[in-house]
Amino acid sequence: MSGFLAGLCVAVLPLLAAGFWLGRRTARPQTLGGLGTPVEHATFETLHTASLAAPPLRAGLNEETARRSARRLRTLLGTDALCLTDQQQVLAWDGVGAHHRTEIMARLAGPLETGRGEAFPLTCDTPDCPVRWAVVAPLTVDDRVHGALVACAPRESAVLVRAAGEVARWVSVQLELADLDQSRTKLIEAEVRALRAQISPHFIFNSLAVIASFVRTDPERARELLLEFADFTRYSFRRRGDFTTLADELHAIDHYLALVRARFGDRLAVTLQIAPEVLPVALPFLCLQPLVENAVKHGLEGKTEKCHIQITAQDTGAEALVVIEDDGAGMDPDLLRRILAGEISPSGGIGLSNVDDRLRQVYGDAYGLVIETAVGAGMKVTARLPKYQPGVHSAARLAPE
Amino acid sequence: MNSSYAVPAVALVVVATVLVGAFGLRISRTTSDFYVASRTVGPRLNAAAISGEYLSAASFLGIAGLVLVQGPDMLWYPVGYTAGYLVLLLFVAAPLRRSGAYTLPDFAEARLASQAVRRLAGAFVVGVGWLYLLPQLQGAGLTLTVLTGAPETLGGLIVAVVVTATVAAGGMRSITFVQAFQYWLKLTALLVPALFLVLAWQGDGAPRHAFEEPAAFREQRLVRVQDTVDLKLERPLTVTVSGTVDGRPHDDARLELPAGTHRVTAGTRLTFDRGDPVPVPDRGTSGGMSTSLAASREERPLYATYGLILATFLGTMGLPHVVVRFYTSPHGVAARRTTVAVLALIGGFYLLPPVYGVLGRLYTPELALTGDADAAVLLLPDRMIGGLGGDLLGALVAGGAFAAFLSTASGLTMAVAGVLTQDVLPSRGVRHFRLGTGLAMVVPLAASVLVGGLPVADAVGLAFAVSASSFCPLLVLGIWWRRLTPPGAAVGMLVGGGSAFLAVAATMAGVPGSGPLHSLLAWPALWSVPLGFLTMILVSLATPGRVPAGTAAILARFHLPEELRAAEVKA
Repeated sequence: MSGFLAGLCVAVLPLLAAGFWLGRRTARPQTLGGLGTPVEHATFETLHTASLAAPPLRAGLNEETARRSARRLRTLLGTDALCLTDQQQVLAWDGVGAHHRTEIMARLAGPLETGRGEAFPLTCDTPDCPVRWAVVAPLTVDDRVHGALVACAPRESAVLVRAAGEVARWVSVQLELADLDQSRTKLIEAEVRALRAQISPHFIFNSLAVIASFVRTDPERARELLLEFADFTRYSFRRRGDFTTLADELHAIDHYLALVRARFGDRLAVTLQIAPEVLPVALPFLCLQPLVENAVKHGLEGKTEKCHIQITAQDTGAEALVVIEDDGAGMDPDLLRRILAGEISPSGGIGLSNVDDRLRQVYGDAYGLVIETAVGAGMKVTARLPKYQPGVHSAARLAPE
Repeated sequence: MNSSYAVPAVALVVVATVLVGAFGLRISRTTSDFYVASRTVGPRLNAAAISGEYLSAASFLGIAGLVLVQGPDMLWYPVGYTAGYLVLLLFVAAPLRRSGAYTLPDFAEARLASQAVRRLAGAFVVGVGWLYLLPQLQGAGLTLTVLTGAPETLGGLIVAVVVTATVAAGGMRSITFVQAFQYWLKLTALLVPALFLVLAWQGDGAPRHAFEEPAAFREQRLVRVQDTVDLKLERPLTVTVSGTVDGRPHDDARLELPAGTHRVTAGTRLTFDRGDPVPVPDRGTSGGMSTSLAASREERPLYATYGLILATFLGTMGLPHVVVRFYTSPHGVAARRTTVAVLALIGGFYLLPPVYGVLGRLYTPELALTGDADAAVLLLPDRMIGGLGGDLLGALVAGGAFAAFLSTASGLTMAVAGVLTQDVLPSRGVRHFRLGTGLAMVVPLAASVLVGGLPVADAVGLAFAVSASSFCPLLVLGIWWRRLTPPGAAVGMLVGGGSAFLAVAATMAGVPGSGPLHSLLAWPALWSVPLGFLTMILVSLATPGRVPAGTAAILARFHLPEELRAAEVKA
């Protein structure tokens, strides 16, 4: 009997869970509308439809996003047919009368040129064609016409013209935001490039000076260091792919540390604790090396005695946890906060804020750097790297062993 | 059985697991050892870890029990458990690694770019994980009961608490080492006693009649019947009864039972003489779920065998705790090499449980009567060797059994907790991971208290059936068919996996009756796997517009070796 009960539970539990999930998915905020007047209700519903149409458009205007938003936009306007076009073709047609595609495209040349809306009757051989009039409202981003929103109706209506114009303006704002997103991505890409370039002058100079000092006294050492230097610069100047693996990044850090240790000798002690499970994790290219560089700089700054740096990478299930810790001079947390917020430009280290920005860009705001520090108390930087993130793939296989 | 050695052995295994997990990699290294510190996990170590996590209570105890009760037909279980990796090797291993996915929901998202399919896959991971955890906890309970006479639920509770605590505390930091250690521990714990047992069997004159004739008692033996059973007697039998037989109470009375069926009430003690044949429990009438699968197996052996083969061959690739270990391989080729090594390691291990099953049929035949056949592995050393040696070997086996529960349970708990944290609980974070861990363990623990003893190998077989009907179509079609669409995948998983899940639930609930319908429900893989594939294909073909945009690029990434891809990006 207890077996039967338990089996029943096993069978019912997933059903309950599915029901709960479905309920949450389908529970529209509309139910709240019951509390207000009909006008409030209608306003609310319109806003809700508009908010549903917005997310696809944030990715820019193409066939996929147009298809996904056209249905919502048609609901918003309450017309029989709605179509979204770019400069050349109809991207999506929602509703009846799709045979007017070519005709509309032919008539759009004018509005697309001038950027002014217009309404015109449609000619149709089908006697009971439900759409007789088309209202065109152009979509403009930064005064450039990207496409048009066309609403079709059985008869001419001034209200529809106004409404289509307003909706088109709203869509244009979304497209502008998409543009903004794109430029932000470009900016970050540029920053990555800047970061790659930024390593070189300062670091190359110091490294070469160190190597030069060994050439006479210890040619073998000088040769090794030159090879380390070559490996490190090859890694940091490589152009392919935005992502690398933790193993490759750690190898680059190793080369970097070899060069630094040649300069500072015994003053620098480094301890590593790496869980082998996390080595294949993909992460943005050169996002740990700046942290180590930072730790070295802070650790040796204004100190004559030994500096100790600890690098750990742990496996925490679906994420890898990387911690870089130094026992150096530390920093005023308020100053650091303002640097990270971009309020003041840092004297030397674009590193921390750049890495923070890129991690947030790739993994979302929950994955920014966590920094624990105080003046004179060293600094501990923690980065969480999800093992899987859509779109994050390392470009090449791990370094040969 | 003498528990004075077994209990410390079990405690030792538990402590060693926790310690290796927490401190295995705490040894700090300096930069001079950088290459040592950052060396990726090699195929052999990773294979040992996968095997350690994979070899569960079903492998360690269940197979021997089934062979004991039902004979050599049950050898399909170890064959199926091993051959699953062959299918994995051929169709899935390398592309799955190249996909970069850490879990099955990740794979669904990477391939189909759909949050809905991801959530559905997550739900199935949780379902399969819970189904698979259940027999681990039951096995632990059984082991502890046999060793110390503790109540059935205590062992499961101990495993649940230990696993939840270590996983939630962020333990298992060096899980690869723990699991590899567990594999070698399990192998030793079965291999060493097996050698001694075979020697003892040789010393006993190497009797060979294990399956040719009905099992017989080799000495006078007292059997305590735990659940009410109907015994079918071919010939009249004289036994000493202390308890209730056929509704009449007896107190230490010598009783001559005529041929036919006799009902023995729970708690009755029967004393058999040397040479008596072991009576066969009549499965059709005694009811209870422990016998329901066996009944349909006896009715339709061919159908049951094919159902088992399909479930185990195709189910392995969908086991959540196996898939996550492949992520540790540095690239696709290493993933393939790992799988080959796994085949060798697991194949070697599975030679041992049948030995215990056959010896169990010879030396502990009464286990078939009491419904505790899964305990054969634990009882054999004491029964055949006895004395201090038997106790020590028994302790070794018990320790190995606990290693089996702990390793599989911790791997499953981590996988289920990961999915619960990522896709179900509202926000991510350490606290939510702990909550997820608790949730992942509480449900199967509760179920293990409620549900009585389904043989562990059968229960695991049901988890395989669900996995084979939901994830096998998703993985195989996802990797090899470019026209798969998100709606197709979702509906296919729901129909295939969902129907298998309902069938399993009905079986576990002990839906009464026998006949074709019952067989269909008890061995669902034979119809639910084709159903899943068919639905996925048909719905995908019906929704050609929904093929994800980047499919060609994604499939290229799945199938091209990493070096080629790097060269292509460079060009």
